[in-house]
Amino acid sequence: MRFKYGCRDGIPIMLGYLTVSFTFGVSCVAKGFVWWMPLLCSVTNFTGTGQFAGMDLIASAGSVAELIATMIVINARYALMGVSLSQKLDGKTRLWQRFVIAFGLTDENYAVAIRKPQDVTFSYFLGVMLTSFAGWVSGTLLGALAGNFLPESLLSAFGIALYGMFIAIVIPPCRTSKAIATVVLTAIAMSCLFYYVPGLNKLSSGWAIIICGIASALIGAVFFPIQPEDNKEKQIADGVIFGSQSTQDNNGEKDFSSDRNDISMSDNNEIYSDEKGKKADTYCKKEGDSRQGGAQ
Amino acid sequence: MNVFDVLWKIALMAIITYLCRVLTLVLVRKKITNVRVLSFFEYLPYGVLSAMVFPVVFYSTASLISALVGTVVAVILSFFRRGLLTVALSATAAVFITELIINAI
Repeated sequence: MRFKYGCRDGIPIMLGYLTVSFTFGVSCVAKGFVWWMPLLCSVTNFTGTGQFAGMDLIASAGSVAELIATMIVINARYALMGVSLSQKLDGKTRLWQRFVIAFGLTDENYAVAIRKPQDVTFSYFLGVMLTSFAGWVSGTLLGALAGNFLPESLLSAFGIALYGMFIAIVIPPCRTSKAIATVVLTAIAMSCLFYYVPGLNKLSSGWAIIICGIASALIGAVFFPIQPEDNKEKQIADGVIFGSQSTQDNNGEKDFSSDRNDISMSDNNEIYSDEKGKKADTYCKKEGDSRQGGAQ
Repeated sequence: MNVFDVLWKIALMAIITYLCRVLTLVLVRKKITNVRVLSFFEYLPYGVLSAMVFPVVFYSTASLISALVGTVVAVILSFFRRGLLTVALSATAAVFITELIINAI
């Protein structure tokens, strides 16, 4: 898993980030920040929700305690992703490399890395994070500079871009995996409770997200445990494993590329027998490097 | 807005964000073998992302109606496995057009 394949897989994220960070830049300037302030924020933080919330608090002169608490609550999910990505990292990854990887641990970079069939190497992840980081920073700069000239209606429309991206990650695997569909529906139902029910909605959105995420994943783990060794291949074909399902469209740019394209298209092919799946998996590993980004 | 104030607050944000990311990545280096724990981490991103999107997505634009239209467009397109960028931009376009119509009426 080499650097350049990481870069290639990072391109769709970079494009997605351009829109989102553009919105961030625009909204910061609208709140009264000078153009380089959101830029500095993007360069040092490299996170979506946290930056929006943090700059909001700074602009509204919120207390420092509130700022710290909000940042911890919003970013606590990264600690969970850290555990998960740690499981997936190549055994040869050095300690200092983990410190570098940590900076690029965003929702999307994590999602791309974790859906790889092989272990994630440092150089691969570095490729993903540098590419997406470039999009994040340049989008912020463009947004901050253009913010004053854009019509209100366009700004409002950009507000939904980030959510659209998340929807595109979550929905496709629900078609083939009852487990993921259950987790998603549980999380949505709980999140709505925390938003609308008086009393419950006093909880900050950061905490609500953590509680909903943990509770729904627990339900998934209890009722749909994934057996790692004996039937992993079959579950991959079923699309149980994260993201392996979503590379249906062959039009390249549209999705994170995955080496697993040919064995994940369970709509077109009958579900693979374990043996066939194993063969395909071995093939993947062997040809992995040359076939990365196969979706293009 | 005090420039110095903004600077150190942004630095504070960056430090907290980085600590949240680095902590477990460096401390939890052993491979977990427990099936339930592994499954939990497999499902976690779906749970977190879903909770992050709903229901706040309905209030992410200037009007509830345009956000609803954008969400429906995003859900339908992603159901048919369109890619991230296509879904995000289509939802944005749907919101834009809906608001143009609303404002025209």
